[in-house]
Amino acid sequence: MTGRTPQQGFDPQRRRFLSAAAAAAGVTLAPGVTLYGVTAAGSAAARAPEDPVTSSVRWGLLVDVNKCRDGCNACVTACVEENGLRGNGRPETDAQWIRKVELRDPSTGAKRSLPLMCQHCASPPCVDVCPTGASFKRADGIVLVDKHICIGCRYCMLACPYKARSFIHEVVEDQKPYAPRGKGTVESCTFCVHRVDEGRTPACVEACAEAGGDAMTFGDLNDPNSRISKQVAAYVTDQIRPDLGLDPGVRYRNL
Amino acid sequence: MRRTTYREITGQYIGFYGLMAGLGVLILLSLAAAWHMEHQGHHVTGMTNQIVWGMPHVLAIFLIVAASGALNVASIGTVFGRTWYKPLGRLSGLLALALLVGGLAVLVLDLGRADRILVAMTTYNFKSIFAWNIYLYTGFMAVVVVYLWVQMERRMNRFAPAAGLVAMIWRLVLTTGTGSIFGFLVARQAYDAAVMAPLFIAMSLSLGLACFNLTLAATCRGTDLELGDGLVSRLGRLLGVLAAVVLYFTAVQHLANLYAAEHAGIERFILLEGGVFTALFWLGQVVLGGLVPIALVFTLPAGRALGRVLLASILVFLGGIAQIYVIVIGGQAYPLVLFPGKEVQSSFFDGVVMSYAPSWPEITLGVGGFAMAAVIVMVGLRALRFLPESLADAALDPHHSAAPTGAEEKAPA
Repeated sequence: MTGRTPQQGFDPQRRRFLSAAAAAAGVTLAPGVTLYGVTAAGSAAARAPEDPVTSSVRWGLLVDVNKCRDGCNACVTACVEENGLRGNGRPETDAQWIRKVELRDPSTGAKRSLPLMCQHCASPPCVDVCPTGASFKRADGIVLVDKHICIGCRYCMLACPYKARSFIHEVVEDQKPYAPRGKGTVESCTFCVHRVDEGRTPACVEACAEAGGDAMTFGDLNDPNSRISKQVAAYVTDQIRPDLGLDPGVRYRNL
Repeated sequence: MRRTTYREITGQYIGFYGLMAGLGVLILLSLAAAWHMEHQGHHVTGMTNQIVWGMPHVLAIFLIVAASGALNVASIGTVFGRTWYKPLGRLSGLLALALLVGGLAVLVLDLGRADRILVAMTTYNFKSIFAWNIYLYTGFMAVVVVYLWVQMERRMNRFAPAAGLVAMIWRLVLTTGTGSIFGFLVARQAYDAAVMAPLFIAMSLSLGLACFNLTLAATCRGTDLELGDGLVSRLGRLLGVLAAVVLYFTAVQHLANLYAAEHAGIERFILLEGGVFTALFWLGQVVLGGLVPIALVFTLPAGRALGRVLLASILVFLGGIAQIYVIVIGGQAYPLVLFPGKEVQSSFFDGVVMSYAPSWPEITLGVGGFAMAAVIVMVGLRALRFLPESLADAALDPHHSAAPTGAEEKAPA
């Protein structure tokens, strides 16, 4: 193969054409790119219902454990109310999407109280093990169960490191239309996906704020201007079982 | 080489139909149990949101694992060319099929939505070991059917070693898949170990042979088929070797865990403080399901091996159920470690060792799987020529003398 000197290959007409084409392309695409950028940086509430969920958003939740009061159950009550989770008085088989966990350091006696729910992992083991793909992760990071193809094998419950899932052991009545449930299938916290898609926050977060705790911050981890992103950037936060490498969307501060 | 002639069960045996009727009742009861669980929901069982897999899974896993191992005898005959085992290859294949069907039936009937079996058969997530297993199980059935055909169709006999090799490799992969259901669970202290796959392979070899021995003895007794002491001794010693292999992998499983301080809690639970699980482990699995049968089959009295080999097979069978119970239920009873080093408490039983009591519907459903396997074997024996005309030692090996069998043929490990 022979080399080509710059003089041999120079074509002023070709250069002018390419410059003009690049300028035209820039003028054509720039508004769209700018618009996309503005949308992505803002709230996903700007997403119209008919638009698909995209990975430009990663929903996350930050819990400030210092602000979570021992004995306060507002988040749990709100979740039960919002999603119609009324139990049958059988704690071993009744569903729990969110629970308060009391921690105690046996060496110092220090205590902590925190809410625990589906951690909406970036690499969710429940999704990996589900034989039918009923367990799935939305592009925006919310982990859900497709009630139409869940066969009730419960392998996801064995795989979840957070014990975040419940199997529906009995007939359920008085279901909420936006939170369908069915005997014989598995379910867990949905991040109140029906509310999030309307631009609202999950019921637990709202209840925590109303109860004066303000321990929970919900938002888009991909948006550097969101409150949650600013907080996780400013303070040290923890994930539960970070050693598993699952990158949960739920983080804890002052754990 | 002498040609073995085979036959089906003939004649109107009262015992045959009586047994079929009894097994039929068990199957009907198990279907009723499954309907009850499906109709009422799983709250009528002992299973909870903490112990999510219960007795049906223990018995189904036993059947599936034993199905793979039931093919030992056929493999030894066709792949390794041992003449003593060749006439038993057909029965071995039939039992493998029957056990697998029984196990899968239990597993499917326990599903929360058993009515969605078509969804499970048509919608796959190939990252799931469960989805792979659906292929491995159905593929195993197809492979064994072909294997049986090439054994039973004289013109195809020349393909038997090749089919046997495929079947043997398939069942090793299958049991690897079954063990990996637990081995791939990263979050659970009791699981998440590569040794689960070889442990399950060892269990399959041992439990499958125990099931085979019991089936063979029952068949011979029910059909007045002579069963040579030399053959029984061989099957017994092989069972002893395989039971020892299970003990070996069990030791590796626990020693590896004991070495890591992280797993000290689960090991203390299973080996020392787990109550029923500790008792089932040491007494059920190790002593009665392992050491005693090994001792029994390596001290066989000359000419009277059958009683001891049968007792050893029953003990290995029961020890296997104990072992799977400890793995499946014990592994779930021990709490998940969410916050290492912290004491935890919640309304969802965090940090609590869960208790589990199998309910009657669960046990009935599981037993139905065994009944279904037995019915399939009996129907098979009645319909097709699975049984050799004779299993007397002289018929199996022309060089056999009436002298006590000893070390003339080492069992292949």
